[in-house]
Amino acid sequence: MRTRSESLAGWLFVAPVVLILGVFLLLPILMALWVSLTGWNGQGSPFRSGVPFVGADNYTSLFTEDGLPRQDFMTSIRNNVYYVLLVVPAQTALALGLALVVNQRMLKRKGFFRTAFYFPSVTSSVAISVVFLFVFANSGAVNALLGAVGIDGPVWFDDSRGLIHVLLGTVGVDNPPGALANHSVLGLTWWDWVSGPSVAMCAIIVLVVWTTSGTFMLMFLAALQAIPQQVEEASLIDGANRWQRLRFVTIPMIRPTMFLVLTLGLISTWQVFDQIYVMSQGNPAKTTLTPAFLSYRTAFKDFEYGRGAAISFVLFLIIVVMTLVQRWMLRERRS
Amino acid sequence: MRRQPRGLVNTFVGYSILIFFALVFLYPFVIQLANSLKTEPDAAANPLSPVPGPVSFASFERIFEGTDFPLWLGNSLLVTLVLTAGRVFFDSLAGYALARLRFAGRRAIFAGVVAVIAVPGVVLLIPKFLVLNQLGIYDSYTALILPIIVDAAGVFIMKQFFESVPASMEEAARIDGAGVFRTYWSVVLPMARPALITLTILSFQGSWNEFPHTLVAVQNPDLFTLPRGLADLVSGSLGTGTQYPLKLGAALLATIPVAVIFVIFQRYFVRGATEGAEKG
Repeated sequence: MRTRSESLAGWLFVAPVVLILGVFLLLPILMALWVSLTGWNGQGSPFRSGVPFVGADNYTSLFTEDGLPRQDFMTSIRNNVYYVLLVVPAQTALALGLALVVNQRMLKRKGFFRTAFYFPSVTSSVAISVVFLFVFANSGAVNALLGAVGIDGPVWFDDSRGLIHVLLGTVGVDNPPGALANHSVLGLTWWDWVSGPSVAMCAIIVLVVWTTSGTFMLMFLAALQAIPQQVEEASLIDGANRWQRLRFVTIPMIRPTMFLVLTLGLISTWQVFDQIYVMSQGNPAKTTLTPAFLSYRTAFKDFEYGRGAAISFVLFLIIVVMTLVQRWMLRERRS
Repeated sequence: MRRQPRGLVNTFVGYSILIFFALVFLYPFVIQLANSLKTEPDAAANPLSPVPGPVSFASFERIFEGTDFPLWLGNSLLVTLVLTAGRVFFDSLAGYALARLRFAGRRAIFAGVVAVIAVPGVVLLIPKFLVLNQLGIYDSYTALILPIIVDAAGVFIMKQFFESVPASMEEAARIDGAGVFRTYWSVVLPMARPALITLTILSFQGSWNEFPHTLVAVQNPDLFTLPRGLADLVSGSLGTGTQYPLKLGAALLATIPVAVIFVIFQRYFVRGATEGAEKG
């Protein structure tokens, strides 16, 4: 008797959550899978009989067919790879560094500093992007700072030059070597692949590192505080210096948190969207285009919903694979 | 004795690093406030200065009279209140059932909830649009609210919480003959206050700042929330000039509610962030 009423209550209690997640998450994913196999242009229902079924065309147009869709997609992948390569290490190192300093036992007023570092993380991504548009504006704060030390700051959001290209330029390589310029892979020349993040992308990278480090610092801080004091004292007695202690004692002890921070970092950096939407819309010269933004733009601006959905699923796959690879790598090291 | 000078140096270096980074993390907000109170030429000439040349409230007047800001504010308040109330109610209900009630399918549902947390939100944009379109609720308050009125991460937090408190009180209530919902409402929820506050705050912050969902849920400017309206301002609906004081002011006003709540309920934010860390 009681178990039956309990069973009923259980189902009633979870029903709203199950219903909403089912209708607005599971069902739409299935719908999008179907749409990614069609040429639906947004008119009427995508499930009418008149909608052209194109099979895997939307997917192959991203990988094997020469043309603008593949070029844009590969450009967005390139941009996001550079973005991940800079943001993930930078935010992890900054977060760990700040946590180590805040965790020093002799310092007072830690609460204030912890709050200050964490505050940007809780604010609206759109509002913060507006602030950073001003900070990196032509006549903005960063260029004023650079001007004060005699550097002529770039026009950040109009500058599509890749960082590696700029560095090569300083050692005299202004024109791409023919070997790189004349051979292309997946729709982009080797020269384009090795461009590095554009100057505009760097401004977005700075913004993101600035906003996310606070959250990760809190996670590291919680982990550091969980390390028993004896461990640290023992390593002091053994004569380990600061660097050795960090490398051989502290980091191994906070490995689970390190894994969490790296994983969350990888997952979120492949999803960068709000900042791109507000600050650059993929410009200049498509150097801040990312798969997430490209998928949105393809569907809602170019009305190619099928290809947009296909890009979403490829992005989904990339994120899943990244997470699995990382999990596997950290497991290997442990054993 | 020998350690004393080294300790002093360490303390000095420690504080220097902390103060430097506190400036890096907070000064952009100072710049934002200061420049929203400047005239446009002043903001362009002295972007770094924390003190407006002449203090000017012109940008705030224009925010309220020359833009749809009041409308966005109203929409944001409405949507955020409904979303927060809904998430707290539905998430805690489901969290409780998954932690305490025995029913067939419980494990499967919990596994589903965990799987949903792992789905990256940004790949759901087109799918969400498709279902809203198909159900005929695209471009409505329903579209802004209903799809995100439950939150899998909130369910997870509440389940973990209910599992961490002893069940003796509710068992006593049940023996006294109270029904499951009655027990939940008058015995369990009052005990769950800390977790409910955490969930309320995280839901408020998440709903207030929500942006991508509004992109695929509505296109009618009458339904814009603050982040959406702000994004629209930036993309050039203002007409001529950069108008940074106005944009910074609007962004500032949109930040204030979450900032105030953050300062008051800081430890709950911290708990929300570190809870994630412990689960990983």
